[in-house]
Amino acid sequence: MYVSLNWLKEYVDIGTITPEELAEKITKSGIEVEGIEYVAEQSSNVVVGYVQECEKHPNADKLNLCQVDVGEEQLQIICGAPNIAKGQKVAVAKPGAVLPGNFKIKKAKLRGVESNGMICSLQELGIEEKFVPKEYAEGIFVFPEETEVGADALALLNLHDAILELGLTPNRSDALSMLGVAYEVGAILDVPVRLPKEEVNVSSEIAADYVSVKVDTELNPYYGAFVIKDIQIGPSPLWMRNYLIAAGIRPINNVVDITNYVLLEYGQPLHAFDYDQFGSNEIVVRRAKDGEQMVTLDGQERTLKSSHLVITNGTIPTAMAGVMGGANSEVSNQTKTVLLEAAYFDPAAVRTASKDHGLRSESSSRFEKGVDPNRVKKAGQRACQLLSQYANGTVLSGVVEFDQLDKSAATIEIDSTEVNNRLGTEIDNDEIGDILRKLEFEFKQNGNLFSITIPTRRQDITIFEDMVEEIARIFGYDNLPYTLPQGASQAGGLTERQQLKRDVKNYLQGAGLMETITYSLTSKERAELLISPEVKGKVDSPVQLAMPMSEEHSTLRLSILPELLASMSYNSARKQTNIGYYEVGTVFLSDETTISKQPEERLRVSGALTGDWITHPWQQEKKAVDFFVVKGIVEGLLEKLNLTATYKQAKMDGLHPGRTAQILIKDVAVGFIGQVHPSLQDSFDLKDTYVFDLDLEFIFTIHENEPSFAKIPRYPSISRDIALVVDEHVHAGDVKATILKAGGELIKEVQVFDVYQGEHLETGKKSLAFNILYLDPERTLKDEEVEKSYQAILDAVKKAHQAQLRA
Amino acid sequence: MKERLEELQAEALTKVEEAIYLSDLQDIRVAYLGKKGPITEVLRGMGKLSKEERPVIGELANKVREAIATELDAKKERLEKEELEKKLETETIDVTLPGRPVKVGGPHLLTSIVEEIEDLFIGMGFEVREGPEVETDYYNFEALNLPKGHPARDMQDSFYITEELLLRTHTSPVQARTMGEYQGAKPVKMICPGKVYRRDTDDATHSHQFTQVEGLYVDKNVRMSDLKGVLNQFAKQFFGEDREIRLRPSFFPFTEPSVEMDISCKVCHGHGCSVCKGTGWIEILGGGMVHPRVLEMAGYDPKEYNGFAFGMGPERIAMLKYGVDDIRHFYTNDVRFLKQYHKA
Ligand SMILES: [Zn+2]
Repeated sequence: MYVSLNWLKEYVDIGTITPEELAEKITKSGIEVEGIEYVAEQSSNVVVGYVQECEKHPNADKLNLCQVDVGEEQLQIICGAPNIAKGQKVAVAKPGAVLPGNFKIKKAKLRGVESNGMICSLQELGIEEKFVPKEYAEGIFVFPEETEVGADALALLNLHDAILELGLTPNRSDALSMLGVAYEVGAILDVPVRLPKEEVNVSSEIAADYVSVKVDTELNPYYGAFVIKDIQIGPSPLWMRNYLIAAGIRPINNVVDITNYVLLEYGQPLHAFDYDQFGSNEIVVRRAKDGEQMVTLDGQERTLKSSHLVITNGTIPTAMAGVMGGANSEVSNQTKTVLLEAAYFDPAAVRTASKDHGLRSESSSRFEKGVDPNRVKKAGQRACQLLSQYANGTVLSGVVEFDQLDKSAATIEIDSTEVNNRLGTEIDNDEIGDILRKLEFEFKQNGNLFSITIPTRRQDITIFEDMVEEIARIFGYDNLPYTLPQGASQAGGLTERQQLKRDVKNYLQGAGLMETITYSLTSKERAELLISPEVKGKVDSPVQLAMPMSEEHSTLRLSILPELLASMSYNSARKQTNIGYYEVGTVFLSDETTISKQPEERLRVSGALTGDWITHPWQQEKKAVDFFVVKGIVEGLLEKLNLTATYKQAKMDGLHPGRTAQILIKDVAVGFIGQVHPSLQDSFDLKDTYVFDLDLEFIFTIHENEPSFAKIPRYPSISRDIALVVDEHVHAGDVKATILKAGGELIKEVQVFDVYQGEHLETGKKSLAFNILYLDPERTLKDEEVEKSYQAILDAVKKAHQAQLRA
Repeated sequence: MKERLEELQAEALTKVEEAIYLSDLQDIRVAYLGKKGPITEVLRGMGKLSKEERPVIGELANKVREAIATELDAKKERLEKEELEKKLETETIDVTLPGRPVKVGGPHLLTSIVEEIEDLFIGMGFEVREGPEVETDYYNFEALNLPKGHPARDMQDSFYITEELLLRTHTSPVQARTMGEYQGAKPVKMICPGKVYRRDTDDATHSHQFTQVEGLYVDKNVRMSDLKGVLNQFAKQFFGEDREIRLRPSFFPFTEPSVEMDISCKVCHGHGCSVCKGTGWIEILGGGMVHPRVLEMAGYDPKEYNGFAFGMGPERIAMLKYGVDDIRHFYTNDVRFLKQYHKA
């Protein structure tokens, strides 16, 4: 809502307060002033001139040479506007004038002829093109004949005005009108509101003889029709056009402008039909028929539904109620008799129609929030008055109406003690009474009890709490004290799961990875990539949005990795090629083909690494990321969580067939490590990239709560090395498992310390060397015990893996 | 003999003095103090001396020995030190060469901010709650006093999956869920951080996915001044002791009265500058007293309980606190951007 301060002053005396001060006060009381606009802030020296002579420029076809009387002097001005003509009153920027954009007007020579100023268009004076009346859009503006020559043109165009831009919250639809804003400002400044008068002299003819009103739906509790004859279509008065432009509405003609003016003044949308084009003398309001068609004012053919409300002539629609009129009954330059509608339409019905047709008009945005039931008829009367005054109209007697509208005001009882308890204040009863008086709310007081009649313009106030807010905002939020809650204090804290989540992040960061946050919504195509087997097993297909804004963000992720790879791709395109990323986030699992319930949300952690892991050039040290860098990080993470995992050679779509391990904890699949398949890497424009992905949800549920207190051993350990020659396809992990199993409980740890293939070994064979650490925390070990275990291990690996001791 | 001994001492000391290598010292030691050395020789000839002379010469011989040995030790120590120094000298490195880089990661800026907010409210006795990102229409809207067809639903156009399921548009459903879980029987003191989604086209100031942290405090006799006090405490701890707050009336369907909170501009301290668009204040969060309908629907009797709620956007806070100029930076994951805030 744009509020012209000059216009506002017609209803409320704002005194000498500056626009900035007023804006600050309005903002602090609850309606945010988002900006103040001064159209002619930098302009000066523009006056009304009378075009005495207008001839073709001797050296240019499209230019005119004008002699313009600007009061104290006569100026020769060259003008290129196509609509310039002798006898016009125009806006003249004299030499020395400044126009918006700091455009300075100087004497100049145009094609050899002197020009001493500029005749201005409204655009040149700072008015947005879209608000300029169509007849002046291509040329200069022409003042009414009676305008005084030499007068300040900017003032006549109301361009010295300050316009407040209000950012209204949905509850404050009362401020979608100048009167509503006047009540607000009146309450803030403690000044009364002056209401316009709606009185008009009516003719002896009776409106009811011209039209009847029938309402066939509960969605239209009030419909009032006025008839105004002898209309002369023409421009509306300059002041009205100025105010409409300030409010952001383009002036059209007097009839349309008056309905718009009253809409802005009262917040009540009106509609003017051309009575002679209406097609009957019977107004019938009803629900549209499914598939019924009509052409609206904007020339669009609209197909209606039974949830939409229409005004008809008994046969066909003449307006989409509350949203837009029909082209068939539109007011034109030939209109002689106006049929004026002032109605109350059901907010939800207007909202539905406006939404279905993508038509949000000044009308619909007011109807859909509920207009003041007590202003509907008054607004119609006000329009009649203005039509009589500014469009030569003869207003017929009476309003033809259908009226089942509840116009009663609600009453809210408040106890000042409760108000103070809620606010933490000590506002006394007199002050509360004073606040209500400022708001122009009627009330009865009995001690601490106030019985308040809520004016119908304030549809937003329905309960005690609404009144509490009303009192608080006029009292001033700044005046509320600072207190702390009195309730019993409790210890706050993170849950174990939340703490674990932080631990995981801290570990991975310590391990050199950077945290990312990517979008949960991905493309359908990416949503199918790199899904961990245990996720795939639980899912029908990825969850899709019903109406995505783009294909790119249409599908909920089943893996964090695809968007993580996309982020890496973004970086590698910017020459950032050494990257280690991780992300902790939710994936969305649904086992339904047609979604009927919330998908399961599981927390996962994924990582992706590419490029060099270590680079220290001058010492010739350089290590590219490989499978084991990533595995080391994963192993460390699980160790931190007191979990032991096994790693199984696996094949997965999107991963290198020979470089993928599935991770199992307690025989449950929880994720994987692998190199991204070269062809997938290519599609992301990445070089060798390694990833991991783990089901944190599962890990958090089985993670050993108690930290195992590993005591520092008091007795010495014994260490043995064993080097075995095995077939090259034998997995070290399997051999290690055999050693652990055969070696007995005294084994503390088994580590691979060498893997060798090549010279001195048969082709197809490899050597695996393990270090086995024996320890008994309770006593010193005997050599015989260790020897026995060692022999058992040898036997077992021979049997299980055909392993030979390496010579 | 006495002269001979004194002569030997002088001779040996000169040699020690002249010695250059440790091996020279060893030679001198053997030559003068060894069993075949001249001092031993002299002592062997003592038998020819008188009874009175013997102890005198013996004592002198010992003194000479000692003097030479002391000097030898001192010189040895000196030479050894020099030798070590020479060795260390050869081990000199160019300390200006760069060190071996340590791989360091770090948190995302949004995580840092969310955790900082969490920790502040945990310090004030709040618990941290989480909830699903795919929500039911009921929890996302209806339980928050946003029935179907409510005009305020326009404020947050949503991503629907079905008619009843959508990506949550705020973290407020977690409040409704938590109150529901507590069944109207005990106070609630919680914050809920998380991802939220709205139908916005991504640009410098809009993102279809962003983060929210909301708080809820429900108890008996909660006052609006408590909300002001708690938010003031938060603002001072998070943004700095020198910052002021102000509350303005606003509107949210789930609170009444509703507030918007501004903090004084860091740049101009309230005098007005380009950062605060001349107002001296920067909008930081929204909140209010929990609407009685919301309490009622969650099973709390609004006659007995009331409370306050508030919500803020970590992206916006990060943009203000660290001057991030485009919300998309948070989700593009440019390494250079992420790294910049690892110390933040
Ligand atoms: Zn500032």
